[in-house]
Amino acid sequence: MNPWRLVVALLAGLLFGSGLALSGMLDPARVLGFLDLASGHWDPSLLFVLGGALVVALPAVQLQRRLARPLLDTEFHLPPTAPVDRSLLLGAALFGLGWGLAGLCPGPALAGLGLGIAKVNGFVAAMIVGMVLHDRGLARRETPVPRA
Amino acid sequence: MTLAAYLPALGGGLLLGLAASLLLLVNGRIAGISGIFGRLLGGQQAGTGLVFVLGLVLGPLLVSSLHARPQLTVDATWPQLLLAGLLVGFGTRLGSGCTSGHGILGVARGSRRSLAATAVFLACGLATATLLGLLS
Repeated sequence: MNPWRLVVALLAGLLFGSGLALSGMLDPARVLGFLDLASGHWDPSLLFVLGGALVVALPAVQLQRRLARPLLDTEFHLPPTAPVDRSLLLGAALFGLGWGLAGLCPGPALAGLGLGIAKVNGFVAAMIVGMVLHDRGLARRETPVPRA
Repeated sequence: MTLAAYLPALGGGLLLGLAASLLLLVNGRIAGISGIFGRLLGGQQAGTGLVFVLGLVLGPLLVSSLHARPQLTVDATWPQLLLAGLLVGFGTRLGSGCTSGHGILGVARGSRRSLAATAVFLACGLATATLLGLLS
């Protein structure tokens, strides 16, 4: 593997973590300030974060479509076009339920690990259990052939 | 609040877009946190996954030292938090993505699956938090 890919992945992670910290979205109270519509002091910050991200990502996607391959790989690894199915909708619903319950999603939770906050660390531990339960349990039951 | 109060949110968002664009155009990968982390747990793409997550954890520490330490308030009780973690972990794997992969990259790509997933998790998140807020 091209070792520069590791450097780029590290840099992308650093930018992502810094962006989350700067945006205020590491704070579950800020996220819930957006998700809780009846609080009386609704905070639209999350929309500005999403908007800022899309301002950069939209032209990048247009550029990607004009490229035959990424700079450091032989092909783009993009999810294949597939229909909206029950797993997608049920998964998104369960995720939304958890997100609304605590105000944490995977990015901010992982990015918060370095700040030494017990409840964030506990959330990440439970999230890992949830991921492993899905990947080892349900995936195996649905697909009897082991994944490569 | 004036518009200037939302500048950090906008600036942080631009950095998220930059990170996602870099990973897409240079490495050819989607910056979806639940996907990257989930695959890392399963031992797939372990090298790039590990350094990405390392960067993700170091980013806020960098911001702490250069700018200001991020302030976090976790109001959820421990049982709420652990249930939420289980739901977020299981749900993002079942639904193939979270706020980053579906919400940023998927929406930017105009993916029907990501648009549907984003609408559903936003609606469920809004409903859950609003209901909890009303009950508490």
